[in-house]
Amino acid sequence: MSTPILEARGVSQLFPIRSKQRLFARTTMQRAVDGISVAIHPGEVVALVGESGSGKSTLGRMMLGLLPPSEGSIHFRGKALAALSAEEARTFRREVQVVFQDTGASLNPRHTIAQSVAIPLLHNLGMRGPEVARRVDSLLDQVGLAPGRFRDRLPHELSGGQRQRVGIARAMASDPSVIIADEPVSALDVSVRAQVLELMDRLRRQRQLAYLFITHDLGVVRALADRVLVMQGGRLVEAGDVDTILSNPQCAYTQRLLAATPVPDPSRQGRRLAEAMRQNTLGETPP
Amino acid sequence: MSAPLLEVRNLSVEIVTGKEKLRVVEGASFSIARGECVGLVGESGSGKSMSAFAILNLFPSPQARIAGGDILLEGRSLRGLSPREWRQVRGAQIGMVFQDPSSYLDPLIPVGRQVAETLRAHGRNEGTEARVLELLDLMELPNAAEVARKYPHELSGGMRQRILIAAALALRPALLIADEPTTALDVTVQAGILNLLTRLRAELDLGILLITHDLGVVAETCQQVHVMYAGTIVEQNGVEPLFRRPRHPYTQGLLGSVLGPESRAGNLFSIPGSVPGARDMPHGCRFHPRCPAAKHGVCDTDEPPLVIRAEGGSDRCARAGEIANAWERAA
Repeated sequence: MSTPILEARGVSQLFPIRSKQRLFARTTMQRAVDGISVAIHPGEVVALVGESGSGKSTLGRMMLGLLPPSEGSIHFRGKALAALSAEEARTFRREVQVVFQDTGASLNPRHTIAQSVAIPLLHNLGMRGPEVARRVDSLLDQVGLAPGRFRDRLPHELSGGQRQRVGIARAMASDPSVIIADEPVSALDVSVRAQVLELMDRLRRQRQLAYLFITHDLGVVRALADRVLVMQGGRLVEAGDVDTILSNPQCAYTQRLLAATPVPDPSRQGRRLAEAMRQNTLGETPP
Repeated sequence: MSAPLLEVRNLSVEIVTGKEKLRVVEGASFSIARGECVGLVGESGSGKSMSAFAILNLFPSPQARIAGGDILLEGRSLRGLSPREWRQVRGAQIGMVFQDPSSYLDPLIPVGRQVAETLRAHGRNEGTEARVLELLDLMELPNAAEVARKYPHELSGGMRQRILIAAALALRPALLIADEPTTALDVTVQAGILNLLTRLRAELDLGILLITHDLGVVAETCQQVHVMYAGTIVEQNGVEPLFRRPRHPYTQGLLGSVLGPESRAGNLFSIPGSVPGARDMPHGCRFHPRCPAAKHGVCDTDEPPLVIRAEGGSDRCARAGEIANAWERAA
């Protein structure tokens, strides 16, 4: 198999936890991510699922190079990030891009859409002059935003789905080989979600783009991913081919996630009430 | 038959900016009985939240106001109440929870005191501490006494939402309005909150208005459903017939957009276009520019009225019968 574009080799992330009871208590270390290895190959979609606090976003930040791992290492095209030359580090920052969940917060509110999308062109690709405007227009066009209508608008004038497309256009501007997407569709309406997923899938097929898709929506995982990794408490508890894992989950968390996903079928109502009553009588702690 | 818990009659909401008046809700009618969960579904911008704000007279901007219609709580009209009377309705008779639990909690005050605040604001100063613990217990929060002393940042998103529900129910209101209460939460945490709401509905005989864009959530928790599009209710029915035989193309479009076990990129369905703004509402049926079944000369000329059907429920579609039959044949 080819060399992975991006790879985590046994990475851990330790955060210090100070005791609240005593002023001079010894600081303990919390393992937010504990010895995880992941390899992403060209054109591959890897989904990372897990509940909030399981460490999935922390792993994403390490793979983006935003957070140096406490243990282990991140490799870009086979070479450890720490060992990259200045030139290679620039290539890494250009080729590994990110799309965030909160489209309201990840775009500069004072920049027009065209300015936001142009920044990677100017800084990562060193593009200058009229070529920038041409490229911005073609990127907006690719994500289904008519350049004439959207170029000069500000983020607050756009809907969530439109802003998410701007986020994707900006990530695409650097001509990346991997996009790390942290819950990119969970804030979107169901009707728009499908459009953004189709866009991401089209870009993957056209450009051999790979994704690390951080989500807790199993519908999204099934629709887009090839492989799925399930994280719990910083550890990898299950990993493999999407259809295999989702049709026959081994780990309790994956089973719980599958059972919790709402299905548009009212006949399941009785089951929910029964479950609610049972949980309450047993006094189970809520998640 | 006695009056329903809440009855919204022909409600219209408008936003007035300068000389312009924008109708964001137009002639919405629905009612909620005790012990019933009613879903209000639609995309962002369809007027769901505006309808909820209208019920509580709690508009986020002073430019929004009720333009027509009536809201009755146990038969009594809420229109024309004084600010003082409103304060007795909100919290005491109608509780409300919102999408983002963290922005409704004060980060500097322990959560128990914030739940108690609801009680104190309504003059209940006796035994507040015991009532707060009882409420946290009812919300299935373990170690209520310990949780009550914590600050919002020490709790998870799901726990914070439970705190807000506790505060909303502190005065035992008969009606709870929940505006996207689980949208910001993980799927497993969402399931916990939905189970909780279902249990509270049954145990406290609580009426719930659940606003959401997730039809899966509606199917699992509601008894009655109203589908809203561009400020109007386009279809209303019991949850079982609505999912079995949806009659409005918009309802069918929303159902088709849900990612199921067979959904794969490459053949995902989405409704083309987006919800029109109140400024550029299309002529005729409001959905016709996005509707695959729109008929020239019918759908683009007259806005269809809300028709009550013999088989139950109501809808605003000139071709409802054929469209519902086509859905059933395909299923």
